[in-house]
Amino acid sequence: MQPDKKGYFGEYGGRFVPETLIPVLDELEANYRVLKNDAAFWGEFESLSRDYSGRPTPLYDAEGMTGHCGGARIFLKREDLAHTGAHKINNALGQGLLARKMGKRRIIAETGAGQHGVATAAVCAKLGLKCIVYMGEEDVRRQALNVFRMKLMGAEVKTVCGGSRTLKDAINEAIRDWVTNARDSHYLLGSVVGPSPYPRMVRDFQSIIGKEARKQIKDKTGRLPDYIVACVGGGSNAIGIYHPFLKDEEIRLIGVEAAGKGLKSGMHAATLVAGSTGILHGTRSYLLQDKEGQIKQTHSISAGLDYPGVGPEHSFLKDSGRVKYVAVDDGQALEGFRLLCRTEGIMPAMESAHAIYYAAKLAGSLNRDEIIVINLSGRGDKDIDIVAEAMGAGL
Amino acid sequence: MSCIDDVFKKKRKKALIAYVTVGYPSIEATIKVVPMLAESGCDIVELGIPFSDPMADGATIQQASFCARQNGTTPKHCIELVRQLRQEVSIPLVFMTYYNPVFKYGIEKFCCDSVEAGVNGIIVPDMPPDEGFELETISHKQGLDLIYLLAPTSTAERIEMVVRRSRGFIYLVSVTGTTGARESLTTDLGELVTGIKKKTSKPICVGFGISTPQQAEQVASVADGVIVGSQIIKLMQAKDNFKSVCGFVKELRQAIDRAWSS
Repeated sequence: MQPDKKGYFGEYGGRFVPETLIPVLDELEANYRVLKNDAAFWGEFESLSRDYSGRPTPLYDAEGMTGHCGGARIFLKREDLAHTGAHKINNALGQGLLARKMGKRRIIAETGAGQHGVATAAVCAKLGLKCIVYMGEEDVRRQALNVFRMKLMGAEVKTVCGGSRTLKDAINEAIRDWVTNARDSHYLLGSVVGPSPYPRMVRDFQSIIGKEARKQIKDKTGRLPDYIVACVGGGSNAIGIYHPFLKDEEIRLIGVEAAGKGLKSGMHAATLVAGSTGILHGTRSYLLQDKEGQIKQTHSISAGLDYPGVGPEHSFLKDSGRVKYVAVDDGQALEGFRLLCRTEGIMPAMESAHAIYYAAKLAGSLNRDEIIVINLSGRGDKDIDIVAEAMGAGL
Repeated sequence: MSCIDDVFKKKRKKALIAYVTVGYPSIEATIKVVPMLAESGCDIVELGIPFSDPMADGATIQQASFCARQNGTTPKHCIELVRQLRQEVSIPLVFMTYYNPVFKYGIEKFCCDSVEAGVNGIIVPDMPPDEGFELETISHKQGLDLIYLLAPTSTAERIEMVVRRSRGFIYLVSVTGTTGARESLTTDLGELVTGIKKKTSKPICVGFGISTPQQAEQVASVADGVIVGSQIIKLMQAKDNFKSVCGFVKELRQAIDRAWSS
């Protein structure tokens, strides 16, 4: 679906940002509107997606996992094989090209797990743009490898010590930088969140995942899948794969959020499953908040899901019932991680491991002639330390 | 005519507006300091309702908001505080907060309770007029002035929209950036204000980054009011019974009056 002209998906979306940024968003939107119909722009995006990012990523028939689960046939959309190790490169590349067209030479980004930061750093190195990445202190600690990767590619990584010292606070700080340097800087937001036009624009760049998957599953099986499962933090990989299937009402779409230490513990990041409507980071959407409207601290073993908000289009899809949102906790996600390692020799990102766990349980309850596509949004190398720590294994 | 309008009708001077975060360093401190600010020469006091994610604020107010929340300050406390302050303070009091706490409280109830306690206006920096219809309609009905902001990046079209819809005054952000002390302000501030003045007779108050009497004087020479926040918060850290903050406000007052008489 397309949002209305104020950037709303139903009652969700909009632009709740300081006045300084409104003209900046207007400029961004006007430029994007032109480029959206510019064949040369999309030609460059597709050519670089192929030769730089390594697209199309394979749709892999996961026979080992299918055999282990003993039910539906499982396919993995291998975003983990995209350049820099996750789907994040799709959006970074699209917005990087857009920023260059707009004459903005300085790029600001936030990152949680570091995947978006790494993707942005790579694209900036490639396009010759200056890159500043904001990252919460807690995430800098748990994603040290990605911090080093960003620096190697010339990005300046700024550690954010305010608030919960995670993704939410990195976004606050990135917005503050953007408000200050709006004239010459582009904020390369990494998910389908934030003020309009970001949710739609990021979705457009990420929907390449679903377009490829749609063609690939038809080529391999002669039909469309019965289920599509993806993890949801801000929700960009999920929207990316869902989007080209939204109109196929018979396909069940499932979004897996992080239940952290359990929904009852309060230490989780299951925004759609356990949240309520509010306004954060420029958009009206589901939020994890207390009764005073203060944003809650979240927890997830995966930095990329550790966020108290979610994209406005997901909120709309939840209310409309088109997508079912569930939550998987830290321990279950670890189980998903190990399962894919052992049955396929593939190490998923901890974010994606949430989707793996849920899909594995689901597959076991289905018939052998049913098909599940899982969006394997990223690879797990960055999470090795966390997994080792959680398993009590020394490295 | 609202209570805020009255401030600007007194043609003998320009307005001095102080900002404090409610609950910083404690609720008791806020109750104590607001009457002192009024006595020292403030015409309006902005009371910040602390929010967990103050994206328009620099380090000083972020820290004050964090501390105020640690003290357990809620929107309810802020409204209650105004009720108490009204026993000794008659100048206009304006809430400054982000949209989510208002939204969660219930827009209608928030406006109603605020007005009933004695609040005169509200500033919501993350809610531009494009998103403001609901709050605007309700606050207007209740007699609460919804004050919109303009920025150096605002286009002619947006200036027209904001000046038409803002009540009480127009809050002009002096710099592209967050709140907090700065060495220099936008160099073309005079031009900016003159441009807006061509489109409205509503008062224009300038805030963000003003931290010295010299800057206040410079701003007062072109605008109708000067808003100072972060520097006041900083001075409240001195454990001197607010002597330094009151001294600072008096200096600001003199500087602003100097700009007016010259």
